[in-house]
Formats: sequence, structure tokens, C-alpha cells
Amino acid sequence: MSSASSDRSGSRGPVLEQDPSLPPVAVSEEQRKKDSRWTPAKIALWAAIALLGGIAWTVLALVRGETVNAMWFVFAAVCTYLIAYRFYSKVIERHLVRPDDRRATPAEVRQDGKDYVPTDRRVLYGHHFAAIAGAGPLVGPVLAAQMGYLPGTLWIIVGVVFAGAVQDYLVLFFSMRRGGRSIGQMAKDELGRWGGLAAIIASLLIMIIIVAILALVVVNALGESPWGVFSVSMTIPIAIFMGCYLRWIRPGRVTEISIIGFVLLIGAIVAGGWVSSTAWGQDLFLLDRTTIAWGIIIYGFVAAVLPVWLLLAPRDYLSTFMKIGVIVMLAGAIVLVRPEIEVPAFSEFAGGELGPVFSGPIFPFLFVTIACGALSGFHALIASGTTPKLVEKERQTRFIGYGGMLMESFVAIMALVAAISIDRGIYFAMNSSPAVTLGTVEGAVAFVNSLGLSGVNLTADMLTSTAEAVGEESIVSRTGGAPTLALGLAAIMQQALGGPALMAFWYHFAIMFEALFILTAVDAGTRVARFMLQDAIGTVAPKFRDVTWRPGVWICTAIMVAGWGYILILGVTDPLGGINTFFPLFGISNQLLAAIALAVVLAIIAKRGRSYAKWLWIVAVPLAFAAVVTLTASAYKIFSPVPQVGYWANHFAFRGALDEGLEEFGTATSVEAMEAVVRNTGVQGTLSIIFAALSIVVIVSSVINTVRSVRAGGGTEHESEAVPSRRFAPSGFITTRAERELEKQWAATDGARPTSRGGSH
Amino acid sequence: MSELTQRAATFARRTGRGAWWYLTSLMGDRAYATYVDHLRRAHPEQTPVSERQFWRERYADQDRSPGSRCC
Repeated sequence: MSSASSDRSGSRGPVLEQDPSLPPVAVSEEQRKKDSRWTPAKIALWAAIALLGGIAWTVLALVRGETVNAMWFVFAAVCTYLIAYRFYSKVIERHLVRPDDRRATPAEVRQDGKDYVPTDRRVLYGHHFAAIAGAGPLVGPVLAAQMGYLPGTLWIIVGVVFAGAVQDYLVLFFSMRRGGRSIGQMAKDELGRWGGLAAIIASLLIMIIIVAILALVVVNALGESPWGVFSVSMTIPIAIFMGCYLRWIRPGRVTEISIIGFVLLIGAIVAGGWVSSTAWGQDLFLLDRTTIAWGIIIYGFVAAVLPVWLLLAPRDYLSTFMKIGVIVMLAGAIVLVRPEIEVPAFSEFAGGELGPVFSGPIFPFLFVTIACGALSGFHALIASGTTPKLVEKERQTRFIGYGGMLMESFVAIMALVAAISIDRGIYFAMNSSPAVTLGTVEGAVAFVNSLGLSGVNLTADMLTSTAEAVGEESIVSRTGGAPTLALGLAAIMQQALGGPALMAFWYHFAIMFEALFILTAVDAGTRVARFMLQDAIGTVAPKFRDVTWRPGVWICTAIMVAGWGYILILGVTDPLGGINTFFPLFGISNQLLAAIALAVVLAIIAKRGRSYAKWLWIVAVPLAFAAVVTLTASAYKIFSPVPQVGYWANHFAFRGALDEGLEEFGTATSVEAMEAVVRNTGVQGTLSIIFAALSIVVIVSSVINTVRSVRAGGGTEHESEAVPSRRFAPSGFITTRAERELEKQWAATDGARPTSRGGSH
Repeated sequence: MSELTQRAATFARRTGRGAWWYLTSLMGDRAYATYVDHLRRAHPEQTPVSERQFWRERYADQDRSPGSRCC
């Protein structure tokens, strides 16, 4: 055990005298050293992993054949994750985190059987993963596939190792050391008033943007798709039924009702195929995007003011159930089918030419297009929320925080593989905005073939037959990533299971689970944002702090829904396409939050003492990278003179055209459309300026605090008081022999025996 | 041979039980048992509320302080 306490800046002396009547609460330092000694078998194992990973990377990055097999993506990812987890995360643990298993976690100290529960590490891993992973890692990689497979693959895998997983791990650990304080509270403690205020405003804005853009993804996936609309709407009565079952029939039987709900869900997907083939089904469920957007706005408000047990909780159970099922299934199918990938490593759009899916150069726009899966600031809200209150032993944070994020990265890699396994011509037809494809098969064929992509020869027949195979009217300009992923997934799944006859089923199955994740995020995001707003207004009008005061809840919910609803409607009616213009804001805001989280962590570690200073680069490098990415991306969006890239350039170009009295300009074909572009780019440009300003405030206050602490050799820490632990649990996924020995000793002792294996949701 | 099948059966049973334990722990089926267990150990003088009541309070808590889900 590294004696972290004696190394501190003196505020806390040596602590943690252990109760001599109990078995050891931690594996001894000597034993740990002995366990980490290299044996020939271990050397052979890690050499084999490194070799396989090396071969996989060589095939992906250097060998230029006609095609590349999807298995190489899996090998490259998994081998890199294993090596990063075994070596890099241990470096972080030893030098920055310095956990002490003799110290009780908040779950042990404040144990109440409800919010604070020492939870089995493997169960908590699943919990944490279910909370961090959603639709984000499924969407970004699909859009980034425009640049070829290599840029996205590299960023997802390298980014998670050096940035994303580091952030999640450190935020989780330091929040745990502070009794589960939220990232906003930690920002206030560590960065002072201004840094803290900027962090809170940023979180609130980010919540609005994320909900709006995710809702936009759903709208685009469901627009003009009676099958999708029917099956996704059916999740509402199914969830309500589940909620009632748990309330009145069999409380607490969550798995049982989730299985029933899952079966009903599959029924709804199958029924959707039939409903969409009937005349009344077409009448009722064939809705245009604006109508669906309004539906989601109304749903968002109602769902956020209804009690949790009725809609949110059961939907969340279904979502967790689906998440784990789908990921296991997709991984299995990719290994089983091993699709050949025809997409080039670098496409024509990686070199600086502007692509139709999102526009802008590879740096920084690749890094804001793929946020979740590589580095997602939003995770800081989860890692500083429920998870730290459930951790059983300090050393487990490496497995849960770092390891949990590696799993999300793997999900992103699988999404990328699914997206690039479909024909490139179809990919661009689906992901180019209706402004350029005109929304018609002929328009899409003409546009995609005019791009001059090597090996792409799109025909009208390819588009119509694919649409027919998946049971949709059309697949042209189904932007947002979800339909593309669904098509890729359906193509892989039907080869593994069921054949072409099931293609339409798998497509709608994929749409369904993406919609399920997103609607849960919409509902939960609205609630959290409302809660933050109530807290903020509460400083002026204390009545608003009372969360049981219904008018306050309704007013704040309405304000938040109006916020994201406005952006959603702008996105849906955007004459320039919607996703391609709004998605960068999602990435920029997510990376901004990551920069804030890393800035907070940097300031915390600098305060820990002198011996930490030389390891600060582990946080400083990803922080600098995230800062440069958000600031450069914002700068492009604010200052670029290229209309496709710069919001203001577009804004003034359209405004100028209006002043000249033109009736059409660019892809806008009417005066209203031109006015819409002026309005949308104004909103987007303003948000970009706000994000850039917030980043600067937070990073500057973090750097000032850090430099001050490093000079002083430490600073005042805000950790909770150290309490000696009275329980034991293994640290990692696999129980070592020494750990098993200790577990036996504890099992033989009465009293503080760790029996509570229950999860809490 | 019969010993082998017996071993295989034991293995399958164990794996199945483990998987079910994991799934139910993850989904939350065991939350009430955990709470009762905690009360019995830490506050033996208190009577635990009924399972129905436990879940009502749990959801009411979630209503008061919403937890976040990620994108």
C-alpha cells in the first residue's frame, strides 16, 4: 500500500489504524508486489496480446488491400484496451490516484441500504456502463465514417486510452473521496466562484443541446416511417404497463417484468410491419418530421412531470436490458459474420475537401463529431453522481471508471464497423442532407455520383431495393446516423440470424433500441436540467428549491423543454439539413464539459502535493487537447469565411442575399427558407461564442489554481475525513489468489462480513 | 461418462445461477433484500418497511432528486 496519507501536504496525519479483531481490509503491499511479479507465462500472454494487436493495427493502418476484414477492428480495439488497462491505468493508479483500501468508501461510511450501498464491483460496472452508454457512441462514429475508417478508429481507441477513460476514472475517484459530490460542486470548490459558475452554466446548456440533438436523431429516424412511429410509440403503453405491474402487482420483480416488456417490445416491432402495410396504419402513423418533433416535445414535458415509477423507471429498465442484450448480440454477430469492409482508410473528405455529412477539416471536426466513445464530458456527471456512492473499495474505481469507459469505446467501434459495412454510395445517399439530394432517389443518385468517390457507382435500383428490404418508403437523406447504423446492423444480423427475410425486422429493432435510449435520455435530461434550474432560481426565489411544489416543477420543466424544443424545431426545419449543421454543437459542448472535468481534476491533483506534480501531464495532455479542440472548432464555427463551415459567414451571406432582394440563395429556395437560415445560423453562432467563452473561463481558472498549488507544493484539499474501513472486497474483474484468501478469512468472521450483494438502481 | 455429464450439469447450473444473480442484481431485484439486510445488521431495533412501501419511497426519492443518464 503506498502511504498516500504521509505524502500529503500535511493537513492529515497518518490515519487508519485497523481494528485488530478483524481480518485485513486490504491486500498487503508486499503481496501486491509479489502478485505483479513477471512470470514466463504472464510474459508470454502479454507478448501474444501485443503481437496480435500490432498485427491488427498494421492491417488497418498500413496494408492497403481492396477490402479489410471487420475482425481486425475487433482485435486492434480489444488488444489495445487490454494493454491500456493493464499498464497505463496502473500508472495512473500508482502515481495520481494512490487509492487506499484501508480507507472506507462513502458507501461503507454512510451505508443506508438505499443510496449508499457497497455494491459488488461487477454489478456496479454494469450499472455504471448502463448509465454512461446510450445513443451517443452509436451516432458519432457513423457520421465520422465520411472520412474513411481510419481517422475514426484511431481517435476512438487512442482517445479513450489517453483521455476518455482517464477522465472517467479520475472524476469517479475524486468524487468518491468527496462523498459523491457532483462535478459542479467540485468545480466550485476547486476553481473558485467564476470557474464554478461557468461550469454550472455549461452543464445546463450542454444538457439542452444534447437533448435537442438526440431528439433530432430520433425525429430523422422516424420521419415518414409508419413502422418506426408505431413501434416506438408502443414503448409508452408498454412502459406504463410495466410501471403499474411493479407498483401494484409484483413490486420489486424488475427482471421478470423487464423480460415481459422485452417480449412485448418485440411484438410491437413485428406488429409495426403489419400496421405499416395497412391503409389505416399509413394514415395514422405516416407523419412528417415537424409533427414528430412536436410529439416529442409534448412527450418530453409530460414524461418529465409524471412520477418516475410510471414511465421513466420502467423505460429505463427496458433500456438497460436492451443495451446489454444488443451489445452482446452485435459483438457476437460481427465475430460470426466477419464482414469485409470496402470503405477506404482515408476517404476523399479526409484531406480537406468538404464532405456532405458534416463539413470542416479533419482537425478539429473529427474530434467533435466523435465525442462519446472517445472522450465524453457528459460522463463526468454520472461518474460524480450515483456511482461513487456505491463503490465498495477504493481500488475498484480503476475497473469501474477506466474499464467502464473502455467498454463504451468498444461499442463505438462496433457502431463504426456496422456503418462502414454498408455500400458507400448508399451511405452517402442516406447521410447527405435533403438540401442536396432533394429527398428523391434520382436526386440522391445524381448527387452521390457527382461526388466523384472512387469505387462508388450508385444506382436508383440500389436505393429502392434497400428501402424495400428494410420496410421503408425511402432511405434517401435519412440523416442522423441512426438509420445508417440500423441498416448496417440489419445487414450483419440477418447474415447471422434469420436471413434476408428478417432484414426489415432487424432494421426496426435497431431503430427501436436507439429511440429507446434517446427517449430515456430526453426524459432524464429534462428532469436533471429542471432540477439544476430550480436550484439556480432557488437562490433568488427560495420557493423554487422545494421540489415538491408542483407549480415550480411545471414552470422549470416548461422552460427547459422550450429550450431544447426550440433548437429541435430549428434543426428539423433547417433548410441546410439539420444534423450536419447542428451536430458540431453537440460535440463541442460535450468536449467542453470534458475540458471542465479535466480542469477540475487537474486542480485537485495539484493540491495533493509535490510528488504528484511530475505526473500532472497525464491530465494536462488530454485537457490541453480537449481545450484546443473545442476552441479551434468554436473558432472555425465563429470566424471561418467558408459558409459551409462558419455559422456567421453563412449568416451574413444569407442576410446579404435577403437585403439584395434575392428570392433564392444556395440551397434555400424561398425567402422563408433564407430567413430560417439567417435565424438558425444566428442561434448556432451565438451558442458557439458562449461555449468558447465558458471554456476560456474554466481553463484559465484551472491553470491559475494549478500553478498556484504546484508552486506552494500543495493546497487545501476538500476530501472527506478518512475513516478506517471494516470490510474487504477484491479490486478487479478477476479475483486474485491473495484476495480469495482474504475473502475466506472474512467469510469465517462474523459481523462485518460483506454479504450485501444487492444493486441499487 | 456419467461423472462427466454430472460435472457438466453442475457447471451449467452454476453458470446459470451466476448469470441470474448478475442480471437480477443489475436490474435491482435485490434492492429490497439489501435494505432489509442492512437494517438487520446496523439497526436491529428498527422494523423494515414492506417491500411495496420500500419501492414507493425509492421512486419518490428519484422524483425528488433526478439521476442522469448519458447520451
